[in-house]
This record gives sequence, C-alpha cells and structure tokens, in this order.
Amino acid sequence: MIKVEGLTKRYASTVAVDNISFEVEKGQIVGFLGPNGAGKTTTMRVLTCFLPPTAGTANVAGFDVIENPLEVKKRIGYLPESPPLYPEMEVTEYLTFAGRIKGISSRDIRSRVDDVIGKCALGEVRNKLIAKLSKGYRQRAGLAQAIIHNPEVLILDEPTSGLDPKQIIEIRDLLKALAPDHTIILSTHILSEVEHSCERVIIISDGRLVAIDSVANLTNRLRGSEAVTVEVETAVTGPLPQEVQLRLEQVPGVSRVVAREPKENRLVFEVESLQGRHIRPDLARSVVQAGWNLSELRPVGLSLEEIFLQLTAAESKDSPKTAEGGKQ
Amino acid sequence: MKNTFLICRKELRSYFASPIAYAVLALFAFLFGGIGVYSQVAQLVRMAPQFQMQGQPMNLNDWVIRPLLDFAATIALFLLPLITMRLFAEEKRSGTMELLLTSPVRDLEIIMGKWIGALLLYISVLAMSALNLSFLFLWGKPDWKPVLVAYLGLILQGGCLLAIGAFISSLTRNQIVAGGATFFVCLILYLLRLFTAYDSTLTYQVLNYLSIVTHMESFSKGVIDSKDVIFYLSMTFFALFITSRSMESLRWRS
Repeated sequence: MIKVEGLTKRYASTVAVDNISFEVEKGQIVGFLGPNGAGKTTTMRVLTCFLPPTAGTANVAGFDVIENPLEVKKRIGYLPESPPLYPEMEVTEYLTFAGRIKGISSRDIRSRVDDVIGKCALGEVRNKLIAKLSKGYRQRAGLAQAIIHNPEVLILDEPTSGLDPKQIIEIRDLLKALAPDHTIILSTHILSEVEHSCERVIIISDGRLVAIDSVANLTNRLRGSEAVTVEVETAVTGPLPQEVQLRLEQVPGVSRVVAREPKENRLVFEVESLQGRHIRPDLARSVVQAGWNLSELRPVGLSLEEIFLQLTAAESKDSPKTAEGGKQ
Repeated sequence: MKNTFLICRKELRSYFASPIAYAVLALFAFLFGGIGVYSQVAQLVRMAPQFQMQGQPMNLNDWVIRPLLDFAATIALFLLPLITMRLFAEEKRSGTMELLLTSPVRDLEIIMGKWIGALLLYISVLAMSALNLSFLFLWGKPDWKPVLVAYLGLILQGGCLLAIGAFISSLTRNQIVAGGATFFVCLILYLLRLFTAYDSTLTYQVLNYLSIVTHMESFSKGVIDSKDVIFYLSMTFFALFITSRSMESLRWRS
C-alpha cells in the first residue's frame, strides 16, 4: 500500500531524511518511532505530497507522490502535528469544508460529517466554535478531518499528543476499529503507544532507518541474553543475602547478579545470563537444593524503551551526527 | 471549479466571522460617506449659485460623482492591505495550509478561490458607495453609463492590487508584515502618481505607467480604454502567477 524507496530529503544544509526504504502492507498499523527531530514529520510530509523528496520515490496506494499527487491526496487522510483547524468555524462547518475539498459530494457530506462526529465523539461540541474547544477536542476534530473521506491510507503525526489517558485509549480503540480496511501510519515518541496499537514498528534516528520489524520480533532479536528476576523467601534463620547472591553467581551460565531492594520477607535478585544460555531451570534447582524457598522466578522482557535506546544509541555511535532537525 | 467555489466561500465566511470585514466596511463607510460626501455636498452648496447665474444645469457626473469615485479609489488603495494581509499568512501560521496542500486541490484553485473571495469583499465595500450615489439618481438625473464604467475601473484596479496583496501575503506567515508591506506598496503607488504626473522624462513616464493607479483615469472619465483594461488584467494575471510560484516554493523550502 505504501512503498518508499531510497527516500532522501535535504534542506539547505541539513539532511532530514537519509535514504529510507520501507513498505507497508494494506490494513497494517505501523508505528513510526524516533526521537524528536529524527525525520518522522518530514517523511510523513513527503508521503502526503506536502513536501517533494530530494531523491528517491514514494508510492502511496499505487500512485507516485511526484507524478500523481492529486490521486495520492484523494486516498490519504493526514493529521499533522498541530491539527489544521480554522478557529472561526464551528465543528460541523469545519468538517463539512474539509470533506467537500476532499471530494465528498454535497449529497453525501451530511451523513459523512455525522458519521465522523460519532466516531470521534465530537457530538457534544458539534455546534461550538473551534476556537473554544479544549486541546483534546481539537485533536479529535483534526482526526475527524483526516478520516472524513474514508481514505485508504491514514497518516497521523503524533495523534495522541495532548490527550488525557482516557482519550488516548479512545483514540487507540478508534484506530483499531479503522485498521481492517485502512492502512495507518502513526508517528510517536511515546513507546507504549506503539506497543499498544501497532503491529509493526519503523524506528528512525537522525534521518536513518534503524529497524523495521514487528514489536515481538524486535524484542526477541535484541534479547540475546536472558534476564531473570529471582525472589527467595527469608525467615528468621536466614538465608543471608550475600549467601544467596554467591550461590546464584555459581550457577553455570550466569554472567551477573544484582541484588535489588528486598520486599517484605523476600530477597530480590536480578540475574543475567551469558549470551544464548538458558539458565532458569538451573537457577531454580540451585535455590531449592540449598533448602531455601523459591517464591518467584520470572523472565524480564526488554521493554520497547530499552530496545529503542539500544538501537538509537548504537546508530549514533556508528555514525557521527550529520543530520539535524526534520521539523522546520 | 467546485474547489475554487468552496475555498472562496470559506474565505468570505472567515472575513465575516472575524472583525476584518466589518472594520473595512465601517472604515470605508466613514471615510467615503462621512468625509467624501460631506465635503462634496459642502462644495456643491458653495457652487450652486454660480451655476444658477450661468443659467445651465449642473453636471452631476463631472462635479459630484467623478470626484467622489476618485476619492473612493484612493480610500480603497489603503483598505486593500486589510483585506489581503491574512489570505495566506494566516493559513501558514495556523498550519491550515497543510490541510489545503494535502487535500486533492490544485494550487491554482486555492489561489483563485482566495482571490475571488477577497474581490467579493472588496466589491461589497464599493457597493456601500453606490448606496450614497443612489440618492443622486433619486433626486437628480446623472448619466449612469460613466458611473458603471468608473465602477468597472475600480473593480479592475482592486482586483489587480488584491492579487499583489495576495502575493505579498504568501511570502510570510506574519499578517502584520504582509499588511504592512502591502500598505507600503499601495502608498508608493499613490505617491508615484503624484510625483510623476507632471514630468515627461522617460523614467518618469515609465514609472507613471507602472504605477497602477494612473490607469484608473480613463475609467473615471467614463471611457473604457482597452489598453488600460489589458494593463489591469495582465498585471492581475502576473501577480496571481507569481503567487502560485511562491506557493510552490513553500513546498520546496518549508
């Protein structure tokens, strides 16, 4: 549905996006992840025909963004970082205008407006001036504008910024409901966002593509070594923390043991394995053989946060910073 | 075509939802109706006995309508920046330009919609002067044809200056800068006419020709001179053309 090849965008002296290629299948929700200034917005602007690329091609819904911008624009809904609202208009009036210039006929416009007002929960403010709306409602009005013409591809630049947790969940649910017949790209720098709503992640940093994979695969790929939390019960008679730590360190395959804050009558340790070693059975056996009560043994998954930091840190170590910015 | 209409309607709606339209209308009504008409009436009263002595009826067209409409043209010159300053600057500042540029609308449709919207507001401003003049038609017998020609000239000149204002507005995201620069251009044009009117050196003649307001003269005399019509139309076209270039550069630079 979306195919980007060798996309590069250069501003006067800076490279905002550097040779990015990726593909997105129909019906997928893809998270576009990166620190501020990584080039997310620039890439999205190229996909929406707002900016022409310096080099490379982008194909959206079967049309090239340079050769057939009008056809591409008919098929995309775009919510920029700050929702493009006319403060002097009422919500319905604004959505009517947005829908009409996106090609909805005057016959259908009413039902489409009612439809998106329902979907985005704008019913309460439908006759209010946009200037008087709260941040959350503005964001939703912006989203309503993006989906009003039922586009094949939705491109959302930080759709949940400025919303409260309840609204964020509502937006997530809305996106999931849209997903089957819409292809969605959303950018964010909030990682839990991606974990919750996206099937695939595209990570970019400094204008370069760092990783593109499913959330689960990324987690696996990076977790070369295993991390396990071990909790051992303590009684009046012991064991002493040092004792336990020593014993855990002696288990084959363990590379490091870190004592954590003990809980109420429990000692907590975090154990890391050597690369590719499976240490959980040995750990359990070792604790039990010492005659202690093992109360918990739990693998620690690498959170997306850690993956992200690892990836982007590795990237900027490899390459000295050449590109800056993206939102200009 | 449909998109041009939609954008034009949106522009008009925005003008009348904000204080701009009312400010422009009120300023014009005050300047034209209050100062212009009042001073003309005062002059009329002063001169009436002379005409009575000469025993010929006074020509309303020459003595009242023409100076009044010339005055209207001068006022309009300084109200135009108020109309054009927000056209593009406001959309760029608030980010709604992104909505327009990512919708299936051509640049030309956006520009034409905005320009026509501004022109319609300008015409409705002029219509208020027609209200004043209608009293002359009620009580006197002025010739209506030169009046229409003068209005045609006013509209052509306005369209041309609005296009220039639209271009200036497309260069910045700051309304005040756009308005100020457009006002400056209008002021220069106004002064150029004054300074170059009585000089016949080549430079002055060229400047006089280029100062847009001088081409109003034939219209205000009631003459449709094709060279002036063509001048206005080609200047308008040129200004709208460079506006479209400027919008395109927006994409490349932004």
